[in-house]
Amino acid sequence: MGTQSDIKLINEEGLRNDGRKFNELRPIRIEVGVLNRADGSAYIEWGGNKVLVAVYGPREAFPKHTQNPSRAIINARYNMAAFSVDERKRPGPDRRAIEISKVISEALEVAVFTEQFPRTSIDVYIEVLQADAGTRIAGLTAASVALVDAGIPMKDMVVGCAAGKIDGKVVLDLNKEEDNFGQADLPMAIIPRTDEIVLLQMDGNFSREELEQAVELSKKAATYISNLQREALMAKYKSQEPEKEGERSE
Amino acid sequence: MDIERKIVLPGEEISLEGMKQGNGIYHENGKYYSYTMGVIQTYNSYANIIPLAGKYYPVRNDRVIGKVIDIAPSFWIMDIRGPYPGFLHINDTPWKNLDQDLNKILRVGDTVFLKVNEITESRQTWLSLKDAGLRKLEGGHIIMVQPTKVSRIIGKGGSMVNTIKEATGVKVQLGQNGVVWLDGPAEKVMEVRKILRFIEKEAHTSGLTDRVKKILEESR
Amino acid sequence: MSKSADEIVYGLRREYLEKISAEGNRIDGRKFDETRQAVVNINFVPRAEGSAEVRLGDTRVLVGVKVEQGVPFPDTPNSGILTTNAEMLPMASPTFESGPPSEDAIELARVVDRGIRESKMIALDKLVIKEAEKVWVVFIDMHILDYDGNLIDACSLGAVAALLNAKVPASKIGAEDYPLPINHVPITITFAKIGSIMVADPNLEEEEVASARLSVATNENGDVVAMQKGLSGSITQQELFSAVDTSIKLGKDIRKRVLGR
Repeated sequence: MGTQSDIKLINEEGLRNDGRKFNELRPIRIEVGVLNRADGSAYIEWGGNKVLVAVYGPREAFPKHTQNPSRAIINARYNMAAFSVDERKRPGPDRRAIEISKVISEALEVAVFTEQFPRTSIDVYIEVLQADAGTRIAGLTAASVALVDAGIPMKDMVVGCAAGKIDGKVVLDLNKEEDNFGQADLPMAIIPRTDEIVLLQMDGNFSREELEQAVELSKKAATYISNLQREALMAKYKSQEPEKEGERSE
Repeated sequence: MDIERKIVLPGEEISLEGMKQGNGIYHENGKYYSYTMGVIQTYNSYANIIPLAGKYYPVRNDRVIGKVIDIAPSFWIMDIRGPYPGFLHINDTPWKNLDQDLNKILRVGDTVFLKVNEITESRQTWLSLKDAGLRKLEGGHIIMVQPTKVSRIIGKGGSMVNTIKEATGVKVQLGQNGVVWLDGPAEKVMEVRKILRFIEKEAHTSGLTDRVKKILEESR
Repeated sequence: MSKSADEIVYGLRREYLEKISAEGNRIDGRKFDETRQAVVNINFVPRAEGSAEVRLGDTRVLVGVKVEQGVPFPDTPNSGILTTNAEMLPMASPTFESGPPSEDAIELARVVDRGIRESKMIALDKLVIKEAEKVWVVFIDMHILDYDGNLIDACSLGAVAALLNAKVPASKIGAEDYPLPINHVPITITFAKIGSIMVADPNLEEEEVASARLSVATNENGDVVAMQKGLSGSITQQELFSAVDTSIKLGKDIRKRVLGR
């Protein structure tokens, strides 16, 4: 977490610097099937985050030595665009991106029936086009939707959410400033129906009680986000009314 | 029945209503769940989830269109747009291997209308050219559609594809794997391509054959 | 296997496209000198100093411009710096791979860079903070999101649109932000040779079966400022000059209709 500072992140009325209450999410919008070439795709805006996800596969894993004879491998690749952050980021994966790719792959693996496709890979490309704190959680949430859009067999969808601590108080979904100057951040992903935690990272400082509050906040929010995922998927298949007389649709 | 044609998502609980557990459904702690996004369809006392999206997964006796991507001493390796390549052995073709180079019969990039002969335990897919209508495709154009939409493009008893063929005069060969071969004048091939895109987009809706007929009539 | 399954072209596609082009047709119904509709969405990434998302048919690219302080090159102490990079993301096509930039990505970045640099689009001499010590560096980063042919034109248009809307963040050094100083507006048009026909703005189906490729960048005066011939086939002098004429014509149209210039 960032350094201690005098910056006040919660005002007298208990509102945060962007006007949210402690248990309020930033606006989230999800779109499905946004790319033509990919087998499945999704786009998510979460606060100032803009993340695009493409799924390819299952396809023969390459290079061959990465193949697992009894199941598919999930190969998530988290990547930040050079222009997604204030200071231009050098293109290509750094250690942070490699770690995030690993924990996202592992989280998705819990949900996917990988044993149906031995020796293949399911590739999940997560491109952060603009970053505003919480990119891994936004990416994972969109990745889960893109996997469904690709028709990958899954026992359920994975939902990401984060909680943290600012000005000594546990709050939901840190924005960039809160992330920079807060005291703790807890990105998490769960499968809402089974209550399984599939991704969990934390940095900063939480008492045991605060940790409990943070997990509860995220879990509640996850149910809401899970509905957004479902609505986005259904929207792709909304029946269109048959065209009016004389009109043609392309 | 009530559950028919409802769109479900992975992890959604399925009430079987007395039907048996079919495709696309898994069982956990006494309950049934969908494992894919799809539409519920009942068939012969089974409830199945017909997926709305996804790759082609080969099934025995499927007719598919493959592309030669490599050549081994006695078989060709074909791309059939599935998770794994398919293999076509010279013995499963009308040709004889008179010690000749397989490259002289089918070359890399050649397009072939095939059937899925066998899928082994380890998911090896063996293909065959030995059946009526199977052949190397010559002339014409290749376009791709989503494999999950092929049955809609065929229509009940071939009604949809026959409507398209009759109205446009274009020769159409459909692979279950979503590869479509079209042959005819450019503007007619383009018209069929547009119709196929329309069917893909509207595949989950009803009354599709009539709507396609209307579009075809209007473009007359 | 040297090529992946997705890279191997259906042989009959080549024959068919060559046949119909000889008859005067293109597979998507366009005329030979007709481009796909270009849709430009500027300021898609507000965090960047300039950005543009471009859709050219089903091809989709996102270009971001960052402007940061840096040290000038010793031989050009009175000039800002322009640097261009392309990421052919594996998201965009089953044939694109992760890892360091491919030859194709490097050629793409260099061809786009050449059009902008040689047209003197950016007034680099106005990007000097302190002579020989500090200048503004303009980074153009091009992200390929969805590949349906002709990345050169989509990226060139995206880069130009992003630059036209970019600002120099001078507030970081105690001055006021100002628009990036612009001299000219280059437009690049790419042709693919199918059989003996040159078609403008090839889509992927056309690009896959093309024997040669030619890109021509022109400025608003109708001058040619950069060119690149690609692929292992050849073009005739007549094809070259006809492509140049078409580029000038289409460039004028796109400059006006798409960029409002």
